[in-house]
Parts: sequence; C-alpha cells; structure tokens
Amino acid sequence: MHDHHDHDHDNELDDMTARVRALETVLTEKGLVDPAAVDAIIDTYEHRVGPRNGAAVVARAWADPAFADWLRRDATAAIASMGFTGRQGEHMVAVFNTPEEHNLVVCTLCSCYPWPVLGLPPAWYKAPDYRARAVREPRAVLAGFGVTLPETTRIRVWDSTAEIRYLVVPERPAGTEGMDEAALAALVTRDSMIGAGLPRAPEAA
Amino acid sequence: MNGPQDVGGRHGFGPVVPEDESLRFHADWEKRVLGVTLACGALGHWSLDTSRHARESLHPAIYYNASYYGIWFRALVALLERAGEVTDDELAEGRAHRPGRAAHRCLAPEAVQGALARGGPSDREGPAPAFAVGERVRTRNHQPAGHTRLPSYARRATGVIEAVHGAHVFPDTNAHGRGEAPCPLYTVRFEATELYGADADPTLTVSIDAWEPYLDRA
Repeated sequence: MHDHHDHDHDNELDDMTARVRALETVLTEKGLVDPAAVDAIIDTYEHRVGPRNGAAVVARAWADPAFADWLRRDATAAIASMGFTGRQGEHMVAVFNTPEEHNLVVCTLCSCYPWPVLGLPPAWYKAPDYRARAVREPRAVLAGFGVTLPETTRIRVWDSTAEIRYLVVPERPAGTEGMDEAALAALVTRDSMIGAGLPRAPEAA
Repeated sequence: MNGPQDVGGRHGFGPVVPEDESLRFHADWEKRVLGVTLACGALGHWSLDTSRHARESLHPAIYYNASYYGIWFRALVALLERAGEVTDDELAEGRAHRPGRAAHRCLAPEAVQGALARGGPSDREGPAPAFAVGERVRTRNHQPAGHTRLPSYARRATGVIEAVHGAHVFPDTNAHGRGEAPCPLYTVRFEATELYGADADPTLTVSIDAWEPYLDRA
C-alpha cells in the first residue's frame, strides 16, 4: 500500500506506464517485437494517417459529381484511388447526408472506425457513453456536439458490427461555390465525417 | 456473449465529451499499446475476432473502469499468455526468462507500411445469399456464450435488408479457432420503435451488419 514518506512523484512511473513498459521490454527481449516497428506504427497514426485524408475525399465528392457517384457505388475503390487503403478500411461504404436524412456512425460492440480516412478514433467514440446512447438517443448525443437538427430530419444510425467501415459525407455548406478542393477540405471536420458534427461554414474556416 | 461490450441502447451512461481532432493520444503509454498490439498481430497467434473476444471477456468491472487502450493492454496480455509467449513472472519482473515462440514472425520496421496499407480484408468466397435487398428479415434470439457480433438491442427484431455485401469471415466461429466459415453479410435496417418500443424516436432508424446465421425470413 501507499506509504507517506517523502519522495519525488515526478520520478515515479504511473501504473500503466510501468506495466506497458514491462510488457514491451519482455517482448523485445524475446524477439517478438521490434521497438522500431512499434515506433513506425505510432508515427503512421500520429502524423500520417488521420482525418485530413477523409476531408480530402469529402471535398472531392463535393467538387466532382463523377467522383461522388463513384464513392456512392464503390467507396473502397474511389477512396483507394486517392491512396487511402488498408487496415480498418478494407471494405468502405460512404453515406451521404441530405436535408431529409442525417447519418451517424457508431460501433456499439467495440471501436470499429475507418482508420485510413479518419485515423484513430477519438476517446469518446470508444467510450460506453457514446456507444450506448448513439443508437437510442442520437439527438441528445448530437446536442452534446452543438448540433441541433430539424425535428423533421430523419436520423439514420449505422452500427459497425462487421468489417464494413462507414464514412459520412456531410452536405456541402452554403456559400462555398467556386472554392477549390483544398479550401473545401478545410471545412470538413472529423466529427462531421462520423455524423457527430457539421462542416464549418466558409466564413468560420 | 452477453458481456460488458454489448452496451448499445443501454441506459445510465453519461455525457459524450467531444475532443479536438488534433488530439491523438492521452498518454505516451497509449501509443506503445497501439504499436505493440498491432505488432503482436503479426505473430499469427490470433485473429482480429479472437482479439475482440479477449477484450469483451474482461471482467465487467475492469472493462468499464479502463480506458480503451487499457482494455487493449489487458486483452493483449491475456492473448500473449494464452499463446505461451509471456508469463506473469516475466511481466512482474519486466525481464524475459524464455525465448519467444514466434520470433521468426516478428514484424520488421520496414514491413510496417506495407502491412498497414494491405490490412486484412474479410471478404471470402462463400455461399450465395439467401436474402435480397428489400426483403424483411427477423434477427434470431442468438445468445452464444462465446463471441458474436449480433448486439443484444437488435435481437428478435424485424428489419429490412438494405445491402448485400457478399460472404465474409464469420466471427462467431473464427474468434474461437473454429474456422472462417464465410457466410453472406447484410446491412439490416430497423425502425427504432421496433428495437425500443413505442416511445422510441419515430424519426430514427438503426442498421447493423448481420451475417446470415443471425437472420430468418420474416
């Protein structure tokens, strides 16, 4: 148990840090894990693969009706054409918001999420609070994100229970006529591609 | 399994706390758990379905008190112990006492990008689908003690086939080393009132992705 003599807490490892370090050390000594490979995985998802990928996909769908049509018919191929493939995005489906229907994505059973286009899921997406409530009271969940939809808008929730991964294509904001793909992509937030948010308005970008 | 993971539609949970999209990790140890978990997948001891089952098999009190990377860490330790790769005494000391069994499959740094970019598709050759888009189906009262991907809120519910995805690896068998047993996968859409009763949001529909063995014709 914890004692009360003075010591330097800054030099203590917290419990999880110590346990994870012990595991990685054991695995490294056994030749089962190469720490440089672990570093490369972290670097990939910390710096390379993230929601700006998905934002580029959405912006292209807004700017290019032929691409939007491809995305609707075969999202896996359309997204792969932009170089976004692989783990947790092997089978993609894009779902398009309309004035009549708003899409929201969840994984009630674990944390399934389209990594190649959105990166790692945020903590709230993996937490039981979101997973429990998104499928029953999505309007209340959306309110927590500052999103209030008209009462007449239908809400469609996609529970990712298999290996199909869903990308929400939000509606293109008004006042964006003539903007190029890069400018459009800057309006696309991660949360809007989960359905938990809306894109930024152009004047707020 | 009727485990702690199956939270869809349950009451009593709290607020959803948004966070900035630039935030990737909440602690450095989370990064290592991500990297070590993915690297250990290359050892070939378990499938994605097996690892999901290890996570949902944690005691509910542990599951609900851990962060998601905490869940990943505990499940990874359980999987490695089951595979005979690590022991409690080694973890307690932070030192290896025995060589690794699958060290020949260790993921090399130069192989990381290719492995992540390839991923692991779950579609397979398999039987033709029994149901077509637009057909009404009813989910079974399917409550195996082992792994399943039919959430409890969507049991014994009638919905409509909205998409047919071809045959995919069946998690209920694959998680337990009983083979991939590919079978047709569907997106099935339900009215919220069918799932939760008359008081449910009438503007809400919810879909799950369901393998054919979860379904009967309605």
